[in-house]
Amino acid sequence: MAARIHVGAGAATALSTFNSKKLVAPPSRTNLPARSSKRYIVAAAGSDGSKKSLLRVRHSQKLIANAAVATKAETSATTGTGHELLLFEALQEGLEEEMDRDPHVCVMGEDVGHYGGSYKVTKGLADKFGDLRVLDTPICENAFTGMGIGAAMTGLRPVIEGMNMGFLLLAFNQISNNCGMLHYTSGGQFTIPVVIRGPGGVGRQLGAEHSQRLESYFQSIPGIQMVACSTPYNAKGLMKAAIRSENPVILFEHVLLYNLKEKIPDEEYICNLEEAEMVRPGEHITILTYSRMRYHVMQAAKTLVNKGYDPEVIDIRSLKPFDLHTIGNSVKKTHRVLIVEECMRTGGIGASLTAAINENFHDYLDAPVMCLSSQDVPTPYAGTLEEWTVVQPAQIVTAVEQLCQ
Amino acid sequence: MALSRLSSRSTTLFQPLAAAFPTTLRRHISTDTTPITVETSLPFTSHLVEPPSRAVETSSSELLSFFRDMALMRRMEIAADSLYKAKLIRGFCHLYDGQEAVAIGMEAAITRRDAIITSYRDHCTFLGRGGGIFEAFSELMGRTTGCSKGKGGSMHFYKKDASFYGGHGIVGAQAPLGCGLAFAQKYSKEEAVTFTLYGDGAANQGQLFEALNIAALWDLPAVLVCENNHYGMGTAEWRSAKSPAYFKRGDYVPGLKVDGMDALAVKQACKFAKEHALKNGPIILEMDTYRYHGHSMSDPGSTYRTRDEISGVRQVRDPIDRVRKLIISHDIATEKELKDMEKEVRKEVDAAVAQAKESPIPEPSDLFTNIYVKGFGSESFGADRKELRATLP
Repeated sequence: MAARIHVGAGAATALSTFNSKKLVAPPSRTNLPARSSKRYIVAAAGSDGSKKSLLRVRHSQKLIANAAVATKAETSATTGTGHELLLFEALQEGLEEEMDRDPHVCVMGEDVGHYGGSYKVTKGLADKFGDLRVLDTPICENAFTGMGIGAAMTGLRPVIEGMNMGFLLLAFNQISNNCGMLHYTSGGQFTIPVVIRGPGGVGRQLGAEHSQRLESYFQSIPGIQMVACSTPYNAKGLMKAAIRSENPVILFEHVLLYNLKEKIPDEEYICNLEEAEMVRPGEHITILTYSRMRYHVMQAAKTLVNKGYDPEVIDIRSLKPFDLHTIGNSVKKTHRVLIVEECMRTGGIGASLTAAINENFHDYLDAPVMCLSSQDVPTPYAGTLEEWTVVQPAQIVTAVEQLCQ
Repeated sequence: MALSRLSSRSTTLFQPLAAAFPTTLRRHISTDTTPITVETSLPFTSHLVEPPSRAVETSSSELLSFFRDMALMRRMEIAADSLYKAKLIRGFCHLYDGQEAVAIGMEAAITRRDAIITSYRDHCTFLGRGGGIFEAFSELMGRTTGCSKGKGGSMHFYKKDASFYGGHGIVGAQAPLGCGLAFAQKYSKEEAVTFTLYGDGAANQGQLFEALNIAALWDLPAVLVCENNHYGMGTAEWRSAKSPAYFKRGDYVPGLKVDGMDALAVKQACKFAKEHALKNGPIILEMDTYRYHGHSMSDPGSTYRTRDEISGVRQVRDPIDRVRKLIISHDIATEKELKDMEKEVRKEVDAAVAQAKESPIPEPSDLFTNIYVKGFGSESFGADRKELRATLP
């Protein structure tokens, strides 16, 4: 059942950008180079062949013609007018469009209503939709997350905002037991179509408790999906896809990325929740990253290109499940993998990804998978120390040089 | 038969009369709905609200249905007890016998559009919502015919079409969920209420007070019902709560204390609460009830309370006996007919158990169903990575 969400395919730019939106449309193979032999791998030895073929169809459309180092400005749609906006505005647009489209969608969180959202993602929505649909909650993460989940059991589609992802640790029980597992323990009776979103990650000297990366804690919860957005384009697309999804989705935003500017299409579009984004195709090494580290990687890529390397940069976007199709294709091409993430070294997304790549693509690797993560320390307040906890572009360059020897 | 009972429970007045008349003169099961008014055994104690009247309107058919349903619940729990000891039910099994009046009285006051959510002591609440004993036993024994397809177990009974939202293992976690249900009812303007049941143990959870605050702030149609059986697992209420007046702990939320062993009092209170919640927002009901079994099957139930206490409550306050006395005193059925009804119930339960024992256990592929609503072909492995491989559907 790979045919999900994607209505409103909108963008005729589907083939010129890397994010395919049209799911079931037959692929027009004319402008795709012949890569058929290498394409079909992936772990899925599943029983349902039809499912897999849809998966293949979808990915084969997603062919990249853009060989330039993609900076934030260039990831936008290249045709049509489009409009420029900041990432938080893109999130707001996505949210507003979905709330217009479906009256069951509602928002709840601290300061989302009258205040407009602590990062302005919900600005103006309370005036438009009213207090019940954009609900200012008291400071009780456990209760309002549980409330959102209970409402979802009856058919509403709440978007629950954690003012900072770190605060959702207080709601871990609700997220793990009720959000993730209720569909299973009820034998399929209840669906929990919630979106839990919020900013996380290391900011600018926010201190240890406000610089947490919760994706590593949530990744084992069965039944949820996790995605991380990194550009205004994929932020809006992922927000819309997450709201339309019947599964509970946790959307990780990053505190430092809210003011990124990009031009996005005017037409309606959605990004696939389980798909990774090819940022920069290359031949020598695969660099897997997500969220803010994407920009550190791209900065390092500039240096690397000058030094003569050709890195392939993939923004994995989907943290659970991993898009092993795209990743696998890349590994089979380059035979070297570097993972750059902001999670802690122990038990982070990189750790799981390393394991997954080793298991599935071991034969294709010429070198061990290297993973650059944040240090296993609480994020210090002092600026220089904070810089050292997180992976910096210089370290990425060194790692690539090491791997490519 | 009738005379032997004279000394123990039945009122002596009607027995000789009943013996004198042939039973064909009176119908076995009365479907008579003419209202009978009964006084509750104890008055209601209230907090911040006018208590409802003690006079409850009921009817013969309702009383008989109370009796039958409670007998069914009692029998089911006893059967579950023996099945657990026979190791056909594993894990945790929390039994509700003694507390049946709460489930039954509540059902009598509400409709299937009103939602109920409760904790892990959910077998009888499930039955009250219209769940079948076959589904219940199948679920307890982990068969595919169970209400959650065998994947939930004792603590995860759900029935969506009857607005029964479970069945939750973590103490108190259902309180915010219940507020969410009430929120959704308010959002969709449904004119229905949500009954969120929790125990005296859960009454000390922070999330309960968070949920109360939210419910009161937004006037959600939530009725929070504290099933106070006086023991939070193995700890008595006086050892765990500074203020065991749970109906008052809502502070700004009105509360009502109800004799939870009296099904009619429960019915009256729930009716009152529903009306209140629809107009004025949340209200707390404290049901003063008692469980005969321990907290769960692994708890003998006698280390923290005396056997005399348990048998004392059973003799004086048992909910089924109370309804039995009412039925007999109002001449709705004879003692013998009630006994026959109980025998019938027992047979029904035994048949359901037998049928459930024959039901199929889940296939290995069922391990991977219902993880996601719409899967995306990602693969999942069993422990050995070879035998059990599936694409998540």
